[in-house]
Amino acid sequence: MPAKGTVSVLPVAPDVRISLPAGLALGGRPVLGCFDLHVPGGRVTAILGPSGSGKSTLLRLAAGLLPVPAGATVAAGDGAALAGRVAWMAQSDLLFPWRSVLRNVVLGAELRGEQPDLARARLLLAEVGLAGREGALPAALSGGMRQRVALARTLMENRPVVLMDEPFSAVDAPTRHRLQDLAARLLAGRTVLLVTHDPLEALRLADRILVLRGAPATPEQVAVPHGPTPRPARDPALLETQGALLERLAEAVA
Amino acid sequence: MIRGLIAALGLLALWQGFVLLTGVPPFLLPSPLRVAEAFVARWDIILGHAAVTLAEILAGLVLGSALGASMALLLSAWPAGRRWLLPVMLTAQAVPVFAIAPLLTLWFGFGMASKVVMATLIIFFPVAAAFYDGLRRTETGFLDLAATMGARPAATLLRVQLPAALPALASGLRVAAAVAPIGAVVGEWVGASAGLGYLMLHANGRSQADLMFAALFVLVLIALALWFATDRLLRLALPWQADTLAHGDRHP
Repeated sequence: MPAKGTVSVLPVAPDVRISLPAGLALGGRPVLGCFDLHVPGGRVTAILGPSGSGKSTLLRLAAGLLPVPAGATVAAGDGAALAGRVAWMAQSDLLFPWRSVLRNVVLGAELRGEQPDLARARLLLAEVGLAGREGALPAALSGGMRQRVALARTLMENRPVVLMDEPFSAVDAPTRHRLQDLAARLLAGRTVLLVTHDPLEALRLADRILVLRGAPATPEQVAVPHGPTPRPARDPALLETQGALLERLAEAVA
Repeated sequence: MIRGLIAALGLLALWQGFVLLTGVPPFLLPSPLRVAEAFVARWDIILGHAAVTLAEILAGLVLGSALGASMALLLSAWPAGRRWLLPVMLTAQAVPVFAIAPLLTLWFGFGMASKVVMATLIIFFPVAAAFYDGLRRTETGFLDLAATMGARPAATLLRVQLPAALPALASGLRVAAAVAPIGAVVGEWVGASAGLGYLMLHANGRSQADLMFAALFVLVLIALALWFATDRLLRLALPWQADTLAHGDRHP
């Protein structure tokens, strides 16, 4: 499944392994239990869980934003280091308010002191439907448009592994639906770890779904409906699974 | 703006009425008309002194802001030095600048230098404190994003923390613009041969209250012009900064 068009030449997407033989504690409080998580390469793996279940902690660990505890492993399946091969997309768009849309998209290159590829940034902005808004400041955009800029910035990094932390939770439901379609198309072929608290989002986008439950939390695999992603929201099989998944999540809170 | 003018005119009318009704002697409280007459008669002298004070204020503002901003950058870029510099800075701020004004005159002379140093000292701290605070409070999400993008510490400071702290620096500069005239005038009171502060002290000593009020009036105008010019420039320089109060002002 190559990414659409010539915008991105996709590097080979590796598997990611997160192994926590002794769990993970933050500030003395155990957050994640002992587990060995395997994220298949080139696929979308969704991690579902209620607020405070440790989803974001797991993602931050994979992003290299938390120190890896002694004895634990966060590594790519192909043996090479994970650092430098990961793009991160957070719940809030994190657009720099003083930078134009175009300058936000090329942020990574400028922070690394590289020459930004402005032509590619323009193409990506056109891909997410924001052609003509390159010079706008983020404050002039709607929430959905801002999140699309953030998506373009994530794709601009062109990393084989993409980590997403509830990326569309701050926008309204119809906008979220369109963003999911867009993300599924543009992120195809990458190793995606998607953290979300929305069962529908996981069921539409993911090839594999894990529910984080318990304290300290461990992931449990649940079945996903058949069919290619993004799955239509009115798919009966998806709707049935959504109900079961919601109940399971409610259990995880209790 | 118009409301401000009407309020000022109303106050002047009250003042004039008070003087007319009570018959206060002019060496205690001159009427606004008398002050205006004094200004018209002595405007060349007043403006000459005003130019000196304005030069001191501007020099102090530039120096104090530059030093304050540099100190804030140094503090945030150099954690080891921070432990030494921060207590020194706080202690220095605890020394009342007015108390060391005579020393400054002794060291830097009766000319403009001692007043510029005075204004610089009084401006330094609000600028350094506000900017340093802004540099420390960068949104953690921005820093996380920069970290995942592989930014070097220098790039993070210059392209993330510094721009994010500019609104805080702007607040510091607004305070600086407001306190700068105080520094210059206090310096002139302690010992000077020119400037509005010197002129006021001189006029006061000769019971020329009307001249003193005229000089004070010019000083207030300078301070107001300085604050509004600073505010306007900062708004132009930071068009991306959300200003929720401005909307309320436009549609009361």
